[in-house]
Amino acid sequence: MADSAFESRIEQALEDETLRRNFASALGAFAARRRSVFPDGRALERLRTQAAAIRDRALARLPELLEELESRLTANGIRVHWAETAAVGCRLVLEILEAHGVRRVVKGKSMVSEEMHLNAFLARHGIETVETDLGEFIIQLAGETPAHIIVPAVHKNRAQIARLFQEKIAGAPYTEEVTELNAIARRTLRERFREAGAGLSGVNFAVAETGTLCLVENEGNGRMCTGVPPLHIAVMGIEKVIERLEDLPPLLRLLTGSATGQRVTTYVNLISGPRRNADPDGPREVHLVLLDNGRSAVYADPELRATLRCIRCGCCLNHCPVYARIGGHAYGTTYPGPIGKVLTPQLLGIDRAGELPFASTLCGACEEVCPVRIPLAHLLRRLRAEAVRSPASRGDRRGSGRPDRLERLAWWAWGQAVQRPSIYRAILAGGRWLGGLLPPVGPLERWMRTHAEPRFSRRNLRRILRRQGIPDA
Amino acid sequence: MPEPRARERILARLRAAPREIPPRPEAEARPPAAPGPETAAALEAALTAMRAEVHRLPGGRWAAELRERLAGRGLSELLYFPGSPWAVELEEAWTPAAQDSPRLVAWEGAVEDFRGRLFSAAAGITAAAAAAADPGVLLLRPGPEEPRLLSLVPPVHVVLVPAERIYPTFEDALADGSFAPPLAANLVLVSGPSKTADIELTLAFGVHGPRELLVFILA
Ligand code: SF4
Repeated sequence: MADSAFESRIEQALEDETLRRNFASALGAFAARRRSVFPDGRALERLRTQAAAIRDRALARLPELLEELESRLTANGIRVHWAETAAVGCRLVLEILEAHGVRRVVKGKSMVSEEMHLNAFLARHGIETVETDLGEFIIQLAGETPAHIIVPAVHKNRAQIARLFQEKIAGAPYTEEVTELNAIARRTLRERFREAGAGLSGVNFAVAETGTLCLVENEGNGRMCTGVPPLHIAVMGIEKVIERLEDLPPLLRLLTGSATGQRVTTYVNLISGPRRNADPDGPREVHLVLLDNGRSAVYADPELRATLRCIRCGCCLNHCPVYARIGGHAYGTTYPGPIGKVLTPQLLGIDRAGELPFASTLCGACEEVCPVRIPLAHLLRRLRAEAVRSPASRGDRRGSGRPDRLERLAWWAWGQAVQRPSIYRAILAGGRWLGGLLPPVGPLERWMRTHAEPRFSRRNLRRILRRQGIPDA
Repeated sequence: MPEPRARERILARLRAAPREIPPRPEAEARPPAAPGPETAAALEAALTAMRAEVHRLPGGRWAAELRERLAGRGLSELLYFPGSPWAVELEEAWTPAAQDSPRLVAWEGAVEDFRGRLFSAAAGITAAAAAAADPGVLLLRPGPEEPRLLSLVPPVHVVLVPAERIYPTFEDALADGSFAPPLAANLVLVSGPSKTADIELTLAFGVHGPRELLVFILA
């Protein structure tokens, strides 16, 4: 990813007022709903501590839990496949579909499948995949990627969606009535559910103890995808496993509360096997693809491992001042917002996505709301340091947020100055009298384009303190 | 297939990482609570807040009462599964058929032969195995006695809930026999009608699953 491309996407997003309005109103509403669903602050903090501990312990026992999960799932009749990379994961899904002669697939929302670019891969092999979550359906029609990990079409308003439906769905009239738009989607997708040869889904949590895949949703499309077609294939990152069934309730409460401010979603779907002999319906076969795709490398570092606690609630996006202004697409990655800035450089490599951690104010809002207490701001700082040290950051990288030669020189000079009191005082005095005359040139020009000009106080803090009788430090 | 080696390599990488295993986190110390009379009222309030419609039925002649309550709602038919434990009571209450109540239609055979009929059905009836007042969920346990799709595909879902299986919380409900291993191939928690807010966060019902959820608590 070129730095200039990232910058220009940011600038484009900032200039798009409709986009900014669409994001601002949605995110504000999410934040307010979250506050109202967790009215008791102390209870929320206890719940967060508990959830972080559940995820921590599950990660600490990850290899054992994955084995336990596999053996329980297998005993339950679910076939388990392992994929080290996205490419292998896609291949595995394709092989299962081809073995069943499936050409048409219905799909529930899954960020892992986005990470794998599964739809495009299957399309190249002649398999049509229809997204059935309303938000995903909208962006699939538009040929876009999700702008948010929970509400993929959050960047579009109803007029934009109305035009899209009219253009792309045969026989659909132009309507801005949300109920009408929903009815159009329902009609269009019902047929797809009936005809599909397979359903694809993600997984929110996998319970090792019982061999159960847990999927949460509001629309019922997930139950359709996993219940109507004769074949169900689920894809899941290896970090999603939890130890016991009793770990589910607290995680579910936090997930839905943090994501959409709901007490509970409409459906929590617990799948522990394909249709059994006497069952009148359900899929004949259920497969699970466990995807690594860089996660085991993240796991290797005990500090960065906290990233894998993530339950993909999207709450850090909703509270991020940068995400709220530039939206999800500007990041140019599958996972946007704070979690994306932390996860992506680890999955893709610091040399390919090292500028992402710099697109942050380090305000810490993400960390304050994260239901599993991932130290996002701390991890951002650590990844920044790594990006600076990485070989890719050598040389002039103007605009990347990484230090170029001039910046390094400035820091060196500052280091020299603060170690010599007389020089330091002289600079302070100079700033006091000449600070107002800073010319907007060089790096200062860039800074001043987006920031107010710094104003230097005429009064010296040390002198004020001394006058108040506080001894000079 | 490259799978076996992939599995070993992934597990080996995970095992090679330094790790310390913390103790299992303690849940808040709280004695598990059993179903009681207040829990039904709490469940009713929670489900109603999620736009479900909740009714109470007397234990004895619930089926006849159900039929009366469903009459005059404009429901053309009600799909049920003949293999369910309460099918006989339902059939008896619906004999003889009457104009004003929905026609009782039996699910026939396996879904492969019934799919067309299922997708055109106006309403379906199932039972909940248990429920939890907080956060307001019904536990469906499809299996040999209840198709998965009967509670999902028809636009109206009628569901019977035995009052004595309403637990105060989801955490408490885990003590229910429904969660004893091995788990049913499918368990579903339902809190209301299908909904979405994917367009401008405007709430709309019945996007893929049922538009209406009619809950009948059996005393
Ligand atoms: S990092 Fe935390 S807040 Fe962000 S999506 Fe993951 S769990 Fe949610």
